[in-house]
Amino acid sequence: MVLTFVRANGKNRMAQQLTWTKKDLTGIEGLSRAEIEFLFSQADQFLPALAPGKGLDLMRGRTVVNLFLEPSTRTCTAFEISAKKLGAEVVSINTTASSLVKGETLRDTAMNIRAMGVDAIVMRHSSAGAARYLGEALDISVINAGDGAHEHPTQALLDAFTLKQRFGKVEGLKVTILGDILFSRVARSNILCLSKLGAQVTLAGPATLVPASLAEAFPQVRIVHDLKTALSDADAVMLLRIQHERQTTTHFPSLNEYTSQFGINASRAAWMKPNAIIMHPGPINRGVEVDSDVADGPRSVILEQVRNGVAVRMAVLHLCTGCINR
Amino acid sequence: MIPQDHTPLIIRGARVIDPASGRDEAKADIFIKDGVFVEKLSASEQASARVVDAKNLILAPGFIDLNCRLGEPGRSARETFRTGTQAAAIGGFTTVVTMPDSLPAADSVGTIQLIRELSQRDATVRVLPAGTLTKSHEGKALAPLGSLQKAGVVAVTDTTSGVQNNEIMRRALEYATMFNLVVLDHCQDSSMTENAQMHEGAWSLRLGLRGWPRAAEEIVVSSDCVLAGLTKARIHLQHLSSGGSAEIVRRAKATKASVTAEVSALHLLLTDAALANYDTRLKLNPPLREESDRLALIAALVDGTIDAICSDHSPCTSTEKDCEFDLAPFGAASLETAFAAAYEAIVVAGHADIKLLIARLTTGPAKALGLNAGTLRHGEPADFVLINPEANWKFTAEKKLSKSGNNPLTGRTFKAQIHSTFVGGRCICQDGKIA
Repeated sequence: MVLTFVRANGKNRMAQQLTWTKKDLTGIEGLSRAEIEFLFSQADQFLPALAPGKGLDLMRGRTVVNLFLEPSTRTCTAFEISAKKLGAEVVSINTTASSLVKGETLRDTAMNIRAMGVDAIVMRHSSAGAARYLGEALDISVINAGDGAHEHPTQALLDAFTLKQRFGKVEGLKVTILGDILFSRVARSNILCLSKLGAQVTLAGPATLVPASLAEAFPQVRIVHDLKTALSDADAVMLLRIQHERQTTTHFPSLNEYTSQFGINASRAAWMKPNAIIMHPGPINRGVEVDSDVADGPRSVILEQVRNGVAVRMAVLHLCTGCINR
Repeated sequence: MIPQDHTPLIIRGARVIDPASGRDEAKADIFIKDGVFVEKLSASEQASARVVDAKNLILAPGFIDLNCRLGEPGRSARETFRTGTQAAAIGGFTTVVTMPDSLPAADSVGTIQLIRELSQRDATVRVLPAGTLTKSHEGKALAPLGSLQKAGVVAVTDTTSGVQNNEIMRRALEYATMFNLVVLDHCQDSSMTENAQMHEGAWSLRLGLRGWPRAAEEIVVSSDCVLAGLTKARIHLQHLSSGGSAEIVRRAKATKASVTAEVSALHLLLTDAALANYDTRLKLNPPLREESDRLALIAALVDGTIDAICSDHSPCTSTEKDCEFDLAPFGAASLETAFAAAYEAIVVAGHADIKLLIARLTTGPAKALGLNAGTLRHGEPADFVLINPEANWKFTAEKKLSKSGNNPLTGRTFKAQIHSTFVGGRCICQDGKIA
């Protein structure tokens, strides 16, 4: 599918034609800056369709399967609504209903779903690399809704889209990602996405969850373990959920200890620049990584993120399923 | 079964390299009678002898692999003694030591006898079984080492389970000294590698895979060196992956500790960067590490800190590896390509010459286990290989003889190739085909 978009390029506005060639979205890693910006322009066009009673029929007659092999409410629902807003049929499969618990391989499960005439599979899986594996195995679209501690590309896209909406552009912004970086797919996708768009990323949190070796993996980022430094020059602070289910007890002593060192309360939020914002991919552990008055306060853009998440996922579904010749 | 060939044999005109005797002759004739090397043949024997023209080839002792798995007993879908030893022969290995983590584990006389029967019936190269060090390689109770040795094991090991308890390891080593039995140890502190999938470093962080730190290996390499000093037992450290491990062994050897060590050909050739596409065939235990480790391992191999190159052949079916990375079993099939891969990493890359490479595939492993093999000495069994150093060949799935589907070097082009392999004077394979 060929769509055109217009990008401001220095003094001249230059029309560029971009052909979306990716049937899958498995990670931010494989996307170019132009593709990300193109996707944002597409998402912009979908924003009006989010109003109640509105919807489009760009995917009428198509079927999307949500294959969620790890618990999720927000992402699964957001994908379901995105597909429905585009007029697609949606079937959601959750872990307990999955035949994978009966010992069927992922390839077999996916081949069976494909054989039923599905256009796209949105998958969440506990294993890093699972979405890529599935994308290579199938000739239909595979959208990664989170693969282990690897990537969660639509979360990073909606985060950057929200930053762009707030600040006009992402280029030059200072963004701090705070919390459990080691086990976080959201952090990985955001590091890649924000760097591609020209933001400066700071990673902060306990040394066990923000190891110094992250600087080797992502040379473009700054790593700090001091909260005040992490907060004071940031335009945006992304809080990550402290994920009890992923951490072994060795990575930090207790939730209380975490909160006392890195939790964001009103007095710590005051360290931030006046117009700096607070973001969170959800679900929030209120009182752990962030206090309620901050999460619900004027700096918080958490609900804007959720809303933008639908538009961004509409763009992803539309572009990826649209590029397959049929 | 390895039948003897009574026809005298003359290998003519090869470059002959025998590290055991320091021999390296540009052009020589090698004579074989009744399956052993002989100094010369009588005129009548010469007249009736089969002559192999080995011009432009290198003749070397058959290689010895101290670390492989042949599927059976128990996992014949992965490999059998027939397919596994054919793969060994194609790769130039004439003697292989099998790991005891079969089903059932090689922890009893009965299982060793079964392995010997399978070997008698189906093997085309010499198969020497290793037994377990503890029952079911669980690291709890000692295996009957004396009986296992009588039954034919050449070494004992708990392989990838490792022995996690230092007291049990110490007593096992002490007990093994009675039989002068070499203990092979896979060095892994399991408490540091729970759910670990690959080397802990920049790549594991990028890929979101659980990291396996070098320290998990180095801690056990250190404790093994200490225990070797305490017990005077002979310990052979299996498939080292970390540059730090090599340094620890270097220091231990400087104090005359009774330790030897090996490295797998894949660890000499590849690094963790090769996992960027989540290739499950490269999910190894121990994991592929960084370039600095690879170079340190090569340096240790060259200076003799590391004694032997092993294949670490761990066959899996392609179905077993066709899954999410987390769920894939560890290990790669490698008997067919280990020599060619090591040749790329060592000789083609200019780190050492082929003499050193051959030494680490023959005298190195032979000495580590006290095996009577790996030499062209007169009177010894005529186990040898002819190497074509300029073959420029491609290893493909169609060519493979191993039953497994997890050789990560499939599709790769190599410079050197095993031209033919002889066991007991009999040609087992030639030009990549079983004779």
